[in-house]
Amino acid sequence: MAFLELQGLTKLYNHFVAVSNFDLKVDKGSFVSLLGPSGCGKTTTLQMIAGFTEPSSGSIFLNGKDLSNIPARKRGLGIVFQSYALFMHMTVAENVAFGLEMRKIDRSERDRRVADTLELVHLAHLADRYPVAMSGGQRQRVALARALVIEPELLLLDEPLSNLDAKLREEMQLELRRIQQEAGVTTVMVTHDQSEAMALSDSVVVMENGKIRQEATPFDVYETPTSPFVSNFLGKSNNMRAELISQTPDGAIVECNGIRLESDPVSLPQGPVVVAIRPERIEIASSATDIPGRVTERVFLGSQWLLKVETGLGELLVTRRNTGHREAAPGDQVFLNWDRRHLRILPVEQKVSRT
Amino acid sequence: MTGQRSWSLSAPALALFGVLLVVPLIMTFVLSFNSFDFYEGISNDISLANYKEVLGDSYFYEIFARTFAIALATTVICAIIGVPQAYFLNRMTPFWRSVMVLVTLGPLLISVVVRTLGWAILLGNKGVINTALTDFGLIERPVKMMYTSGGIVLALVHVMIPFMVLAVWASLQRQDPATEAAAESLGAGPVVIFRRVVFPQVIPGILSGSLIVFSLSASAFATPAILGGRRIKVVSTTVYDEFMNTLNWPLGAAIAMLLLLAVLVIMVSWNRLVERRYSEVFA
Repeated sequence: MAFLELQGLTKLYNHFVAVSNFDLKVDKGSFVSLLGPSGCGKTTTLQMIAGFTEPSSGSIFLNGKDLSNIPARKRGLGIVFQSYALFMHMTVAENVAFGLEMRKIDRSERDRRVADTLELVHLAHLADRYPVAMSGGQRQRVALARALVIEPELLLLDEPLSNLDAKLREEMQLELRRIQQEAGVTTVMVTHDQSEAMALSDSVVVMENGKIRQEATPFDVYETPTSPFVSNFLGKSNNMRAELISQTPDGAIVECNGIRLESDPVSLPQGPVVVAIRPERIEIASSATDIPGRVTERVFLGSQWLLKVETGLGELLVTRRNTGHREAAPGDQVFLNWDRRHLRILPVEQKVSRT
Repeated sequence: MTGQRSWSLSAPALALFGVLLVVPLIMTFVLSFNSFDFYEGISNDISLANYKEVLGDSYFYEIFARTFAIALATTVICAIIGVPQAYFLNRMTPFWRSVMVLVTLGPLLISVVVRTLGWAILLGNKGVINTALTDFGLIERPVKMMYTSGGIVLALVHVMIPFMVLAVWASLQRQDPATEAAAESLGAGPVVIFRRVVFPQVIPGILSGSLIVFSLSASAFATPAILGGRRIKVVSTTVYDEFMNTLNWPLGAAIAMLLLLAVLVIMVSWNRLVERRYSEVFA
């Protein structure tokens, strides 16, 4: 049995299915992200692991023991809340010491562990400050220290970086990863931010409508999404409706708006499909042999250019690394091509009802 | 231009404030230095005689002490009842919360005289409570509740509670509900969560509620007048008696000014204390 195991976890609110038959295995020491749009059930799942919400059915095992009948305060999990939920009337050190006090750990041991943990999050010099006099990033570290000091078997992070501004968020991503690895604590994070999930996790669980859509390493989820939803949710993707017309061991052929495209072999029945291609995999070719198009918009992003190109397939998003040359301007004629292995053929999605 | 406009826009409010509050206050202040003679009436001379009379007489000290004791007891009881009430209110579903806010504000919707007469009906020697207790054979002689300080405190608590509940509720709403969950996840039980996390964060609300309740209780008139009668005098009923019965307006004015001064001093120092204690924590 894995270190943390969720088996058939389900939560119903009246007839609304918040989380449906959720199975997950998390290895000791690893970092797993639950990723999905708001309302996909990721927070409810976290709440059930934390013990704040009772599952309608299914069970949660942590390190071999069933958590079902253990109340939240006895589960001994470290939780970092989206709002940080710091005790504003206590100093940083008092905040961090709270969990140890509850465990009746004696004074000297407590002081030592508080000091060690504040050292880990680089806040030792601010131990006597009140949270109100701290920045968002510092409060985030206090929240993390408070959760880690009790040496939890499991660390739960609820949208930990969503309240930080963009620049600080990138710094804290690295910092969070370092702290998690130094503490060696098994971590489950909930987030709607795909870049956060990819940057931090060993494994990403993409959720939609209370169900798992795909679970894999960040690289695999990005490179080989199994559904249009996942390919759209992680990174940018050009998704187009198409018809799978032939497939052989050498490759498959789809037809999209009357244009035939080749791809690597797939194991899907012939019929309607969705083809997906990442904007950064599309090349602007020099020869006029490929897919012609007209640039409709051009945005300069510093490290890269973002182009919208009107083609026979529809409007395609293309990103180009900035190599110091001006890209094609709106109105210019361009020719697009790509390596056929970058074209993903995905099944058409059916709408699922949640009631 | 903007300065002129803002002054002209606030002129109606300023005029109202000036005519209805500042002018009478100054007139009372001046009056308090005049003297009174039973045969001559009020004369326009200026002296500190009235203040000397009040400050030199233990009778007045007793009345002031009783007034502040009643106000203090009312404040403490309001806090003890109001804090949990606000806490439960805050945790209710929106529907029940709006119903219960109405119930809480209920006492304020009834005229103070009617409400206090209601208490008189309940508390009197032949009142509802005493009659019931005697009929059940629980007591032989009626328990004295009318014309006691306790009766006044009871009725004052009834009407002051909404102010405390609303002040505490306001500070509860500012509080992050996740802090309770955080404390729970760190191993705290419900009692510890309330004592260590919720309560300290609503102290500013309790303190501001106390300020309102204390000052309103110290200057309350109708309730002590009806439930205290002639026997249990507080400062405001004493002032009333000086004005309406003895007709010694200057002495009444002096007592009123002293009450105003005392309440002001208590409020300002209370506020100062609160700010010093919490400025660091709740900036």
